[in-house]
Amino acid sequence: MTTLTAKDKQTVKAFWAKVSGKSEDIGADAVARMLVVYPQTKIYFSHWPDQSPNSPAARKHGITVMMGVGDAVTKIDDLKEGLKELSQLHAFTLRVDPGNFKILSHNILVVMAVMFPTDFTPEVHVSLDKFLAAVSLALSEKYR
Amino acid sequence: MPENSVSADLQTGSDKMVEWTDFERDTIKDIFSRIEYDVVGPAALARCLVVYPWTQRYFSGFGNLYNAAAIKGNPMVSKHGTTIMHGLDRAVKNLDDIENTYTELSVLHSEKLHVDPDNFKLLADCLTIVVAAQLGKEFTGEVQAAFQKFLAVVVSSLGRQYH
Repeated sequence: MTTLTAKDKQTVKAFWAKVSGKSEDIGADAVARMLVVYPQTKIYFSHWPDQSPNSPAARKHGITVMMGVGDAVTKIDDLKEGLKELSQLHAFTLRVDPGNFKILSHNILVVMAVMFPTDFTPEVHVSLDKFLAAVSLALSEKYR
Repeated sequence: MPENSVSADLQTGSDKMVEWTDFERDTIKDIFSRIEYDVVGPAALARCLVVYPWTQRYFSGFGNLYNAAAIKGNPMVSKHGTTIMHGLDRAVKNLDDIENTYTELSVLHSEKLHVDPDNFKLLADCLTIVVAAQLGKEFTGEVQAAFQKFLAVVVSSLGRQYH
């Protein structure tokens, strides 16, 4: 939707520095919530023997996703270029409908509110929301 | 589905009742009995005005909305945030007939206030975030699902009388 301003980038980097130590827990909780609150997302994980939200596979996936988000923070100045390969992966191999990026982003924000209630101010929220939207857009880049 | 929100879209025809499990009923009532309306309401509305600044279009009579600090400190925003919570309270007390409970409010938002119904979902998302921050770990995935389902029914009912 909109470009990230210098202030957005600064806000995202500062907040990420505070929370990245918990990135595994954040990712695991976000994926678990997504599977519970938006059960239609389970279709992408039909290959998991255990599809429950707190299964080892779900936790591992949450960790993977947040590592990607952390990587995106370092590439915040050119997400399209920086996430090129991940976009190819999502477009040609995973074929995740891009509507689901918004769903996972929402759950990441909910987890931030749960785990960092005082730091996740409205100002941080808007910048992080914009950042996740920009990441989602970059991930959709190669789709068609 | 509108660009910005991920609240579920519900299609409730007037002949279809929303069905609530016991867990959902208990969870929704429990949440609303624990949160302070005059804290959560103002925080959710202020957050909405900051995160989705185009929603400020409905509050041009509210004075200074110039930046996040001004929005948070604005007494009219606070008052309206509390009003919204009391409106939601009516839905909590009438879970089996939210649609009819909200007929007049829906007409009001459409005919008088001219609020784009997509914006209800934006406020709903902000309310979810604020309640999550209040309840912390107790806002589990299952609790989140019940709360978001409630808000989806509210949002759908508020949009029913638009034509």
